[in-house]
Amino acid sequence: MISVQVNGQPKIFEESLTIEELLRALEITSPAIAIALNSEVVPHSEFRRVKIRNKDQIEIIHPVGGG
Amino acid sequence: MSIDNLKIADKEFSSRLFLGTGKFSSPQTMQSVIAASETEIVTVALRRIDLANSQKDILHFIDRQKCLLLPNTSGARTAKEAIFLAHLAREGGLGSWLKLEVIPDPQYLMPDPFETLEAARVLTKEGFTVLPYIQADPILAKRLVDAGCPAVMPLAAPIGSNRGLKLEEMLRIIIEQSTVPVVVDAGLGSPFHACAAMELGADAVLVNTAIATAEDPVAMASAFRDAVKAGRQGFLAGRAAEREQANASSPLDGTFNE
Repeated sequence: MISVQVNGQPKIFEESLTIEELLRALEITSPAIAIALNSEVVPHSEFRRVKIRNKDQIEIIHPVGGG
Repeated sequence: MSIDNLKIADKEFSSRLFLGTGKFSSPQTMQSVIAASETEIVTVALRRIDLANSQKDILHFIDRQKCLLLPNTSGARTAKEAIFLAHLAREGGLGSWLKLEVIPDPQYLMPDPFETLEAARVLTKEGFTVLPYIQADPILAKRLVDAGCPAVMPLAAPIGSNRGLKLEEMLRIIIEQSTVPVVVDAGLGSPFHACAAMELGADAVLVNTAIATAEDPVAMASAFRDAVKAGRQGFLAGRAAEREQANASSPLDGTFNE
């Protein structure tokens, strides 16, 4: 069991999972997202490899309207 | 009415109206406004995705074949935060053009010149095309050009204030001295303001609030489109000299009372 923060919200998962698996679990399908893991940007090419661990902080960012 | 193209870095644009995409009542309205404005550069912001409702993102409503995306670094209060947002934008597939804004002041949303310059130096070295949102300060504009910025974006008045060319005299100096395009950003509240900025010699303007919060945003977008073109043509045409006293337009000889 791991406990993490995703966009400031607490989330609990059965086991450590990759970014790709996390996105699938959260039903996020948009390709226009960016991820920061503990304040470090994770390249898309690493989504399959990088695993999130207990107490990690994950930010999932996307474009919105802005001036 | 055709006008000359705008050139920034390695790109050319036939429109001199940049559009901000915030504050629209719906993405469909924004889409119609993009079409009516004929803009070729639109800004977007980066924010956390809503985990409960990760609906279609804004890019679904923007034709990137027609419009260059200019992600902004809004929300950044320091150079470090702006650089982080720039990296996220690039990783998120939004490209390497950037509206750099570093704003620590929540009341008037004044940009921080020191942090902006520091971030610009780092990001241009990393290959970003950095268009900095700045106070209307001619020296700062020069420093940013020296740092590699291919355009500068000085403000006319505080963001979203719709107050027009409050900093006209400083903008005039920036325009006179700048070796890169000057995009007047923020505070333009009406087509008249945009036209005046273009007549002053601005290379382009960026408008968001004045269009997005108008009663009829699509009609207002058309009005801004035409005002920007008219202002540019007026600038290129070279305006006639001002005089203190009257100067008759009709011949003074051959009148009935001679």
